[in-house]
Amino acid sequence: MSLANAVKLEELIRPDRVHGSVYTDQALFEEELQKIWYTTWVYVGHLSEVPNPNDYVLKSIGPQSVIMTRDSQGQIHLLLNRCAHRGNQICLHSKGNSPAFTCPYHAWTFTNNGKLRGFPFAGGYEGVDRSELGLGRVTRVDSYKGFVFGSFAAEGPTLLEHLGGAKDALDRLVDTSPEGEVEVTAGFLQHRAKTNWKFILENECDGYHPKFVHASVFQVAKSGIGDLYSNASTAVTRDFGNGTTEVDLRPEFRRLGKPMGWFGTSTERLPEYVAKMKARYGDDKANQIMIDGTPHIMIFPNLFIAEIQIFVIQPIAVDETIQHATALQFKGVPDLNRRLRQQTMGSVGPAGLLLADDTEMYERTQRGVAARQPEWIYLGRGIHRERKDEDGYTIGDATDEVPSRGIWRHYRKLMEASR
Amino acid sequence: MSAESDLLHQVTQFIYREARLQDENEYDAWEALWTDDGVYWIPANGDDIDPEREMSIIYDNRSRIALRIKQFHTGKRHTQAPQSRLGRVVSNIEIVGQDGDDIRVLSNALVFESNLRGETVWAARNEYTLRRDGDSFRMARKKVKLVNNDKALHTLSFLI
Repeated sequence: MSLANAVKLEELIRPDRVHGSVYTDQALFEEELQKIWYTTWVYVGHLSEVPNPNDYVLKSIGPQSVIMTRDSQGQIHLLLNRCAHRGNQICLHSKGNSPAFTCPYHAWTFTNNGKLRGFPFAGGYEGVDRSELGLGRVTRVDSYKGFVFGSFAAEGPTLLEHLGGAKDALDRLVDTSPEGEVEVTAGFLQHRAKTNWKFILENECDGYHPKFVHASVFQVAKSGIGDLYSNASTAVTRDFGNGTTEVDLRPEFRRLGKPMGWFGTSTERLPEYVAKMKARYGDDKANQIMIDGTPHIMIFPNLFIAEIQIFVIQPIAVDETIQHATALQFKGVPDLNRRLRQQTMGSVGPAGLLLADDTEMYERTQRGVAARQPEWIYLGRGIHRERKDEDGYTIGDATDEVPSRGIWRHYRKLMEASR
Repeated sequence: MSAESDLLHQVTQFIYREARLQDENEYDAWEALWTDDGVYWIPANGDDIDPEREMSIIYDNRSRIALRIKQFHTGKRHTQAPQSRLGRVVSNIEIVGQDGDDIRVLSNALVFESNLRGETVWAARNEYTLRRDGDSFRMARKKVKLVNNDKALHTLSFLI
C-alpha cells in the first residue's frame, strides 16, 4: 500500500517539517504529474528559441515530449510528440524549421499548428473527419516577456494570476537588458540527477547551503557570492504565496552600492553595456538597475531564474530529474553576453564548478531519506522570525527556510484539490 | 624504426600517461601536461558547435583549468570527495596532422567510473593538439567528444 493513498497529506506535510516519503513514494509521484505538472502553468520554452515562422524546438512537460512550434502566421503551439494514428513519435530532432511533421510509420502529415493535413491512400478513410485526428496539444499556451508557459487544464488561473509576484521579477529581468529583451539562444546543458524533483525545487532558493556546498568555489575564485548568504547578509528570502519563492539580494547589493557588483564585475569592464543602459534609462535609473541586478527566483514548479542563467526542472521519475540550464543573453550587448556564457559554462551543467556539487547533494539526500529514522525533513529554520513585507508576502532572513515552507503550503493546496 | 613510427610511439606513450594520471586523480601532474595557452573543451549537443556562441559542458582556458584543479585541492569539491574510482581504455591513436611543433592526434576512450551514485560508462572520441616540449609533449588543446553529449548526462566531475 502506498503512502499517498494510506495517509492524508496533512499528516505528511506539517508547517515546519515534511515526511521523507514525499520524495520517494511512487504513487505520490504519479499524483503530482496529474495534479501539478498536467494541471498548473509549467514553463516550456522561450520565444527566441523559435524566432522564425515554421521554427520548432523539442521541449517537455515532465516526462511528456512537447514540440514548441511557431506556425507560418507566427502563432506559438505546444504539440504532443505522438502521431494521432498509431502513436509513433513524429518529431525526432531537437530543433529545426518545417511547416509540417510527417510520421515515418504510415506517413500521416500534420501541419505545425497540430492539424492533420493528410494521409496516404485516402480512399481507406472514407467519411473520416480529419479535424478529429489532429495532434494532442497543451490546452492553454501563453507567454510573458518571451517566456512561454503551457497548462493542460482548460480552466484555471490565467498565466498572470499564476505568476503573481513573479511578474515583477520577469519585468526586472528584462529591464536589465538595454533593449528590454532577454534571449535563450545558447543551447541547454542537460544534467541528469538521481533525485526527486522537489529537492531541486527547494534548493534553488535555499540561502543556507551556499556557504557550505560551494565553499570550494568561493575560496578558489575569491568570490563575494558566499557573503550574500551569510548570517550577516541583509538579503531576504520571500514566499510569493503561489509556490514561487525567491532570495531577494537587492538589500545587500544596495548596501554595497556597486553597479554590476551583482555580476561580480564593474562598469569599467563593460563599457558597451553601460553606455546602452544609460542611453535607455538615463544615468540614475541605469545605475539603480545595475546595482540591483537580476532576480534569483524559483517560479513554481520548474523555471529557476538564477541571475545570469535559467534552469528548467524536468521530473522523469520519482527518483530521476533532468536540469536543463543555459546562460541568459541580453539582446544587443555581445560584450556582456560572452561573459554571461563563460560564467554559466563554468558554474552549471554536469561539470559545473557549482552545480555538480549541488547535484551531489541532491543524490545523497535522495539516498539519505530512504533511511527509516528519523522520518522527517526538518524545515523550521527562521520560523520564529518570519514577517510580512510591504506587499504582504512572507519574508525571512537570507538563510531561513521560508521558501521551502512556502513551496510545501502551495503543494498541499494543489495536491489536496479533489483528493 | 622509421621516424613516423617513432613519433606515433612517443605520442602513444604520452596519451597513455595522461590516461593513467586521470585514472589516478593525479590533478597536479595532469595540469602540468598543459601548455600556457591550453584549451580544454567538452562540447554539448553535438561535436561541431561554436563554443563562442553555444553552451559547452567544459570550455576552459588555461586559467579556468587551474581553477578547476584548485577546487579539487580544497577538499570540499563534494562530488569528488570521495573521489571517483576510474579505469579507462584508450585506443585508436592516430596522428592526423602536423603543423610546425603542433601535432594533431585522435584517440578513443572508454571510461568506467564508480562513485557514490553508482557505475557509469563514458565513451569519448578525443582530439588533441600536442606541442613538442623537449623529448615529450604538452597539450595545447583537448576536445572530448562524448558520444552521448546530446543527451542528459550525469555529473562529470573527474578528469576526462
